[in-house]
Amino acid sequence: MSNQIIQGILLGGYYALIACGLSFMFSVMRIINLAHGSLAVFAAFALWWLASRFHIPPFVGLLIVLPLMAAIGWALQRFLLERSARGGALLPILTTFGLAIVIDNMLFEQFGADTRSLAPYIGSLSYDSWEWPGNIYVGKLAVIMFATAVILLGGLQLFLTRTRLGRSIRATSEDPDTAGLVGVDARRANAIAASIAMVTVGLAGAFLGMRATFDPYAGAPQLLFAFEAAVIGGAGSLWGTLVGGIVLALAQTVGAQVHPQGFLIGGHAVFLVVLFVRLSTSGLGLRGLLRLPSRSAS
Amino acid sequence: MSAVSSSPIIERGTTTSRIAAIAVAVIIALLAIAPQFLSAGAVDRMTALFIYVILAAMWNALAGFGGLVSVGQQVFFGLGAYFAIRLADAGLNPFASLFVSAIVVGVVSWPLSLFMLRLRNGEFAIGMWVIAALTHLLVNLDRLVQGETGTSLISLNVYDAGTRRVAIYWLALASMTALLGILFGLLRGSTGAAIRAIRDNEDAAASVGVRVTGTKRLLFVLAAFGIGVAGALWLATSITFQPKTYFNVQWTAYMIFMVLVGGIGTFEGAILGALVFFLIETWFGGTGVWYLVGLGATAVLFSLFLPRGLWGTIEGRFGLRLLPVGYRVRLPENAPADDGSAPSPERTTPGQEKA
Repeated sequence: MSNQIIQGILLGGYYALIACGLSFMFSVMRIINLAHGSLAVFAAFALWWLASRFHIPPFVGLLIVLPLMAAIGWALQRFLLERSARGGALLPILTTFGLAIVIDNMLFEQFGADTRSLAPYIGSLSYDSWEWPGNIYVGKLAVIMFATAVILLGGLQLFLTRTRLGRSIRATSEDPDTAGLVGVDARRANAIAASIAMVTVGLAGAFLGMRATFDPYAGAPQLLFAFEAAVIGGAGSLWGTLVGGIVLALAQTVGAQVHPQGFLIGGHAVFLVVLFVRLSTSGLGLRGLLRLPSRSAS
Repeated sequence: MSAVSSSPIIERGTTTSRIAAIAVAVIIALLAIAPQFLSAGAVDRMTALFIYVILAAMWNALAGFGGLVSVGQQVFFGLGAYFAIRLADAGLNPFASLFVSAIVVGVVSWPLSLFMLRLRNGEFAIGMWVIAALTHLLVNLDRLVQGETGTSLISLNVYDAGTRRVAIYWLALASMTALLGILFGLLRGSTGAAIRAIRDNEDAAASVGVRVTGTKRLLFVLAAFGIGVAGALWLATSITFQPKTYFNVQWTAYMIFMVLVGGIGTFEGAILGALVFFLIETWFGGTGVWYLVGLGATAVLFSLFLPRGLWGTIEGRFGLRLLPVGYRVRLPENAPADDGSAPSPERTTPGQEKA
């Protein structure tokens, strides 16, 4: 059982990776991007395409895909989100949902229904493991994934608190109008934040592809995982997403122990329980669930 | 209409709307006798159209009037079909089970609303999606359904195909008419004023004593019930129940498409959107993936460039109201069509409501 707990914790690293972009974007722009999961799957397909067509190993392929994702994030903000956010809080949901449908079906059109994986292109890394005391084997990939999540979350935290750009993003998220008064370009801050969020999505997509299989319609479950991890852990800082991811993964592990189909049920159930407890104790709505990282960043 | 007086004119029914009301009655009567003249395939397509109208109207009630955008409404569609299967399996008449099932869906949605309505905007949207995903998984656990293999509404087979087809057609037509009637009555009555107040500005509505949560709950349960009816009817037309098909997020995508294109927050818009969707499906449905890409892209473009949808735009430009659910104040000095500059309490567009 302790073996499964460790695997669960490491899987939590993946959920934290996919969740941090979602909650980052929400905290800055107050937009939940429903195309989040689809974009991660898009990144995975891009890496797969580079690897299968041009024999570029996925870790090298990231050098191409991550800048591409940053550009996509910038364009997304400038051409879609900025415009639809002006129409109120509901329109961005519809816009990004439509975008998710477009991305999913374009991927299907391009790559077909087959499930793919990046595992064949990363050599022995996909199955190598370290033996830990107590007869516990941990996959190298899972450890790398977890470490990446920790580094990414820590890096984002430092960026938001220690750099001028990070502070301007936080200022924009707190109050775009006042930030504008003191000379922060809110449009630029938002576009940069969207780019950063998409880079994290690209990383999450890469690990999704390496640790598991994916298909064109795999985006929706990823979005749900990201949302669940972000909400479960959303009580405090970006580190909350790591906690949320771990809780989600552990619940899934426990669910899988209880019933063969219990993996996903366990995850959804713990999410609803946390939500229920949170709602009945705090009485907070929207802002109470996915809280701003800037509040606790200092 | 052009009477000049010193006080503002408050309009409800106009000549156009009275003609429209008669036209609606005539259309429904014609639709009721239509199976006599239509081919079997056409009857099936018309049944599908009625179900689309129900879906669009119900999603619009929730999102357009209640301000609750949900991407998990497929949960009620799937549950409507699932409960019908369960009730028919327990020995209830299959036609009766379709409606009892929808009532059960409505009842189930009540406790769900206590919980979900405390979420706002995007969190509500995606929270509903989680509910749908979880419900799908739980339904799969039912031995009767046999996981993704699915099952069928076998007891419906005792009726011969012709009778069944026409019976379902009439049931769908009757359900659509009744649900639209309920919604129309609700929007025109005192609850309607509350609903529109919430749609335009939730906080302001609360401050003048509108029961925001209660009204939203009413819309949530109505939408759940209506979509449950649609799911049960869809099951009746297709007989087979595969959880993956019914709990597919595509249903919500269709609803969003219909309402966005037709005109979110307008009563007529949802119906128009369903018609547009029906025609697009008839013409392009065979193109498979590109059809879905087109639907998604159209939804994005409408939300970006025409957020009021087709009907909202027509209504705004020509001041046309076919089935008026609100009141309109016209200042006698203004031209009748110049509705935008009048201090109108009835604002029908999401674009204006945020102003």
